Amino acid sequence: MHPAPSVILFTTLSGLGFGLLAFLGLGYPGVTGWVAFVFYAIAYGLAVGGLLASTFHLGRPERALKAFSQWKTSWLSREGICSVAALLVMALYATGAVFMDSHWRVLGIIGAALSLGTVFTTSMIYTQLKTIPRWNMSLTPLMFLSFSLAGGALLAGQESLAPWFLLIAGAVQLAYWVQGDKAFAASGTTMGTATGLGDRGTVRAFEPPHTGTNYLLREFVHVVGRKHAQKLRVISLTLGFVLPVLCLWLPTDSSMVKHLMAAVAVLSHLAGIAVSRWLFFAQAEHVVGLYYGKR
Amino acid sequence: MTELPTTTDRKMGLVIDLDTCVGCHACVISCKGWNTENYGAPLSDEDAYGADPSGTFLNRVHSFEVQPAATPAQPDPAAQLIHFPKSCLHCEDAPCVTVCPTGASYKRVEDGIVLVNESDCIGCGLCAWSCPYGARELDLAAGVMKKCTLCVDRIYNENLPEVDRVPSCVRTCPAGARHFGDLGDPNSEVSQLVAERGGMDLMPEMGTKPVNKYLPPRPKDQIEDQVDILAPLLAPVTEDAGGFLGWLDKALDKLPGQSSGGTA
Amino acid sequence: MTFQQPRVETSPKVSDEIRQTTCYMCACRCGINVHMKTNEDGKKEVAYIEGNRDHPVNKGVLCAKGSAGIMQVNAPSRLKAPLKRVGPRGSGEFEEISWDEALEIAAGWLEPIRKDDPSKLAFFTGRDQSQSFTSFWAQNFGTPNYAAHGGFCSVNMAAAGIYTMGGAFWEFGQPDWDYTKLFLLFGVAEDHDSNPIKMGLGKIKARGARVIGVNPIRSGYNAIADDWVGITPGTDGLFILSLVHVLMKAGKIDLDYLSRFTNAPVLVNQDPNSPDKGLFLRDDHGAPLVINRKTGKLAPFDMAGVRPDLGGSFQMGDVTHVSVFQLMAERYLKDEYAPEAVAERCGIPAKRIRAIASEIARVAFDEAFELDQEWTDFRGEKHDKMIGRPVSFHSMRGVSAHANGFQTCRALHVLQILLGTVEAPGGFRFKPPYPKPVEAHPAPHSRVTPNKPLDGPHLGFVHGPEHLALKSDGSAARIDKAFTWENPMSSHGLMHMVISNAHAGDPYKIDTLFMYMANMSWNSSMNTTGVMEMLTDKGEDGEYKIPRIIYSDAYSSEMVAYADLVLPDTTYLERHDCISMLDRPICEADGAADAIRWPVIEPDRDVRGFQTVLVQLANKMKLPGFTAEDGSAKWQDYADYIVNHERKPGIGPLAGFRGPNGDKAGRGEVNPEQLDRYIKNGGFFVEHIPTEASYFKPWNMAYQDWAVNLGLFDSPQPYLFQLYVEPMRKFQLAAEGHGERQPPDHLRDRIKDTMDPLPIWYETDQQGNEGFTVNALTQRPMAMYHSWGTQNAWLRQLHGHNPLYVPTKLMRENDLQDGDWAKVTSPHGSITVPVMEMAALNNNTVWTWNAIGKRKGTWALEENAPEATKGFLLNHLIHELLPPKGDGMRWANSDPITGQAAWFDLKVKIEKAGAPDDFNESQPVLEPIKSPVGTGPKDLKWKVGK
Repeated sequence: MHPAPSVILFTTLSGLGFGLLAFLGLGYPGVTGWVAFVFYAIAYGLAVGGLLASTFHLGRPERALKAFSQWKTSWLSREGICSVAALLVMALYATGAVFMDSHWRVLGIIGAALSLGTVFTTSMIYTQLKTIPRWNMSLTPLMFLSFSLAGGALLAGQESLAPWFLLIAGAVQLAYWVQGDKAFAASGTTMGTATGLGDRGTVRAFEPPHTGTNYLLREFVHVVGRKHAQKLRVISLTLGFVLPVLCLWLPTDSSMVKHLMAAVAVLSHLAGIAVSRWLFFAQAEHVVGLYYGKR
Repeated sequence: MTELPTTTDRKMGLVIDLDTCVGCHACVISCKGWNTENYGAPLSDEDAYGADPSGTFLNRVHSFEVQPAATPAQPDPAAQLIHFPKSCLHCEDAPCVTVCPTGASYKRVEDGIVLVNESDCIGCGLCAWSCPYGARELDLAAGVMKKCTLCVDRIYNENLPEVDRVPSCVRTCPAGARHFGDLGDPNSEVSQLVAERGGMDLMPEMGTKPVNKYLPPRPKDQIEDQVDILAPLLAPVTEDAGGFLGWLDKALDKLPGQSSGGTA
Repeated sequence: MTFQQPRVETSPKVSDEIRQTTCYMCACRCGINVHMKTNEDGKKEVAYIEGNRDHPVNKGVLCAKGSAGIMQVNAPSRLKAPLKRVGPRGSGEFEEISWDEALEIAAGWLEPIRKDDPSKLAFFTGRDQSQSFTSFWAQNFGTPNYAAHGGFCSVNMAAAGIYTMGGAFWEFGQPDWDYTKLFLLFGVAEDHDSNPIKMGLGKIKARGARVIGVNPIRSGYNAIADDWVGITPGTDGLFILSLVHVLMKAGKIDLDYLSRFTNAPVLVNQDPNSPDKGLFLRDDHGAPLVINRKTGKLAPFDMAGVRPDLGGSFQMGDVTHVSVFQLMAERYLKDEYAPEAVAERCGIPAKRIRAIASEIARVAFDEAFELDQEWTDFRGEKHDKMIGRPVSFHSMRGVSAHANGFQTCRALHVLQILLGTVEAPGGFRFKPPYPKPVEAHPAPHSRVTPNKPLDGPHLGFVHGPEHLALKSDGSAARIDKAFTWENPMSSHGLMHMVISNAHAGDPYKIDTLFMYMANMSWNSSMNTTGVMEMLTDKGEDGEYKIPRIIYSDAYSSEMVAYADLVLPDTTYLERHDCISMLDRPICEADGAADAIRWPVIEPDRDVRGFQTVLVQLANKMKLPGFTAEDGSAKWQDYADYIVNHERKPGIGPLAGFRGPNGDKAGRGEVNPEQLDRYIKNGGFFVEHIPTEASYFKPWNMAYQDWAVNLGLFDSPQPYLFQLYVEPMRKFQLAAEGHGERQPPDHLRDRIKDTMDPLPIWYETDQQGNEGFTVNALTQRPMAMYHSWGTQNAWLRQLHGHNPLYVPTKLMRENDLQDGDWAKVTSPHGSITVPVMEMAALNNNTVWTWNAIGKRKGTWALEENAPEATKGFLLNHLIHELLPPKGDGMRWANSDPITGQAAWFDLKVKIEKAGAPDDFNESQPVLEPIKSPVGTGPKDLKWKVGK
């Protein structure tokens, strides 16, 4: 799949933002006033920024509101509704925390659930696609959720929880790669089934329909960069999980160093997740590529 | 509405004969012409005369080579080339419809045609992602998703003579490799063809239940197995060097009115 | 739940008007419905093009090119006004001039030539569908130097067919798609007659009939063949003669048919010393003689009641005469034609050859059928049934474009005749005005008289050395050396030799080269770079060696830059044309038909139809045929000519709607309303053949009478199929020293060897090709065949560049992967091009799509267009001359009988040149040409309606 910057930015930032909102809604940390304002500003900045970025991906962004209508069937529609609900509920909750110095616990829990629900619905947009075996796995929502929780914990300053969440997310990431690498073969879809000619012999794509490129090839067939995949996986794992954990576990008493390390951990994590997301798209092989002899 | 109808009154679709398609691209361009001028936004072409020309097409013809495995009878079988037109298969269980967040994509109840209502389309591309067949292309000029309409603006068009109420690709196909009809009616010509020729689904494992069917190529390169060259058919009429004329004389005698010295 | 579907307008208005005309996106000449819509300015524009269901050629279907016509009509590469060259030739620097000035310049060049020596004009039209008109113009101008592009296209097939049986494939005839049960296709055939063949294939496929494809490349039609024979290029003739061997040996030939309808029983002089050796024994009236089996005596072949004896022989004094059939048996029963003997050279296992022969025999004889239809033959004999032999064949350029192509095509026609399938139900059927024996065609004419028309039509069929186009000193009368000892039967001329001969001043120098729609500085020439040099080469006097070049084209093609004067043509929807019965009409086996084009839109540029320009030029020069006795012009433009010209009284360019009431067909007075009647009828006219006349046409009196009535002939022309072609023997006799006209000594052996009156096979001349072992071929993709230019915005997306297709074996041997670059070398040159693997390919053959590659600056494409960067021409590797043999002679790379360009004899070697990223462009890279029309728009959203 084409690793569109808009979609990478969207899933990375909004995942982090909604993760932070989830923690805030559950009262970790139970901040109020200006401190709360800063936390919520960061969370909303990430979540809304991500959502806005996603609209750049649209052919007709001015019609984006129509996307709320099909919640019965469409995960994209559900994501839209869920995200708006999460943002509204958490806005109410944030108002309490920032201006009224109070935590409306039930509202917070609902907000947190909706925030994680948003991340889940986002992940389901990808997971539902049988056409992309690497996404069509139960590990996909697990990965999105675990990333969101780990990032949220990190941003929420949950020093004790965050390393464990990060380690779990890292493990999920590894599992996702291992299973993902086998997914296409496991799907049973081949050039043979794509053409129905498989039982006649070995099928090979010959002349493509057009000598030039087209929407399908631009969108679904992304071959460049795969050779760097292993390298990028190491980078992603290191930046996303290993380095942040080390930062958090760095034995130091200096709060200055601690804060600095926390900041490094956040930025490193963000970069790592972005790389992971790039790989998530760039390595995803759409079955339509089979018609072009490409994956 | 992105919920799929539980049933459709008819299942209109195409049957594409891979044994007959010569890969001429007539259907591709006829489709381009009709659908540029008709349903919805024109099918645009970017960089039309430049380095990277790339336009929207609703129907494209691929080609594949198939290398049969060697057998004792055919130790070195020839590779085969198969031309492969591909457009929307108007699936019964069309994932492109259910993923649509706006309801722009829908499957018609009356005939099962999958359409995009362009005024509702936000161009998110998710329907194209969900389609295993590459049947949908986002038009870069219009920013909306384009796909085969099965020429919904032809097949019922009262401004066209009855005989022309078929999709443009079917009307134009010189080899007659494309057939149009109701695949929900077991007695229709297309259903009969599918039954006789073993019509198949593409990627059945995807569970999309395509309406369009493909007729597989007939077995190829069998002549040496089918024809017994030792059969009397090719037995020499004579083994003698000069015997051919002798045979000829006798053979000519057997022709009506040819016996030498005879009269008509 | 209830679905609330959007309401879709299922009955939109399709168009405001349908205008029916004839397609010209290729040579197929399909009928089209051009749907017009009114645009915002109230002007009707072309909105959509589809096939015309009533049309005899395409019956509603239309190929990719046809539907893409709309992109041809709006193409940015259309020339806009007459151009006068202002920079050096080849630079593309022009200034636009008025038509008055353009005609003034052209007439200023041409008139003195005509008065002095008309042969100083070489007038060659490439993709010309008005040859009966352009030749009329050239004839009246008086130059002998006229032809169209057949010489580098498919003359071998056409000429071999005419000489053998009075017609060949495509416009001459077609398989009987309704009845045939076995169809064999030889060589590249996706070219001519493309839609009818696709329709025919579809028909027989629907019946489950067997298709056998004989072609080194399994693409296109061969891809759907049930059996593919991946033959070694250039060996088709040997394969066919091996089939003949097997079939004759098994007696699986149609003896009755052969004895009645062919010259198989005709007696041939066998006296080794006679000047008549190998000629037919004839009676006093010149009728070939046969032995009548009823009487055992000599009889003219056409005598009523005669039973010609296939095995006849006759002793006259010391001289033995034996039947043609005996000569054939003697030759083809020899073991050298046995499958086992030819298998290796053809690359086909002997078992396969026998299996195919067996299948042919089975279908032709075991599946023979009868049509319950009486008919009467030319001897007056009644037949109560028509016997069908459901085996049919087709072939065009593939087997033609070899130096042994004429004999190979002959072999194919002879095979059909031996089986008795020609004009039998289920076999091959002629299309009017064919069948037409060679005697009914003119002989070539070349006598020049200053200020006078030529002494007759330029092109035709020689019957012997007496018809060669030679001057009194024995030198070639024509600039292309057609109808000379080098290629005696060059019935379509040799357009591909014109520029190199004119440049060399051999046989003589010319003054003006006048060409129409022929991309000679690019894909229509061998030795492309060399041709560009010849066109721009200057003599010691500083003048161009080809002093003046006039060129007409509708588009900014590669050739435009090499003209001194460019006459911009219209597109096909902006012009009048007639696809005439006098020329190459659109007939089908069931009817005679012709068609017109008419301006369904008006040009938005200062352009004129080329034929109209010719009329205007002729009027300016007052050419005889164009000028009435009172000195006035007979016609103002081409439409005027089409309606009012009469070739013979009552016979004009169009056969339909003649006579004052428009109710006469074929023969009739001029009808001023004729074009309107054609337009009302969908742009064509068809006259169906009566059922009793629909088969066995060369001998069927019902057909003969119908043809005379329609004006195809002036009297019935029944004839025998010529298994043995006597005119060829006459050339051999000359080479053996008989007769007055004698070939030069260096050609004697070649004439003796190649002009055998019975089909033979010989190796094509590969001398100088040592080390070059791989066959290299080209074909054009179906979406572009015979299509003028790949600048079409829709079609260029299908084929924007062309890889060299390399068989798996050669890919492995040369360590090549898809996208790698390979250096391909021939004795003449080398190119470096991208490769792609193809498994379904003869394992010693490479090929590519032809004419995809474009020169930078042409066709209104941007200079970095893939056609100009990755696309390439194989033409750079092919020379119009063979490599030197050390005898000091220039030997043409063509068939020694017809002069047909031997494109497909190319042999190359191939080696890896680099990985995909090692080159940016195919080599060689040529300098860009300055575009006279700029480049096209960036994006297209072509929609006329709202």
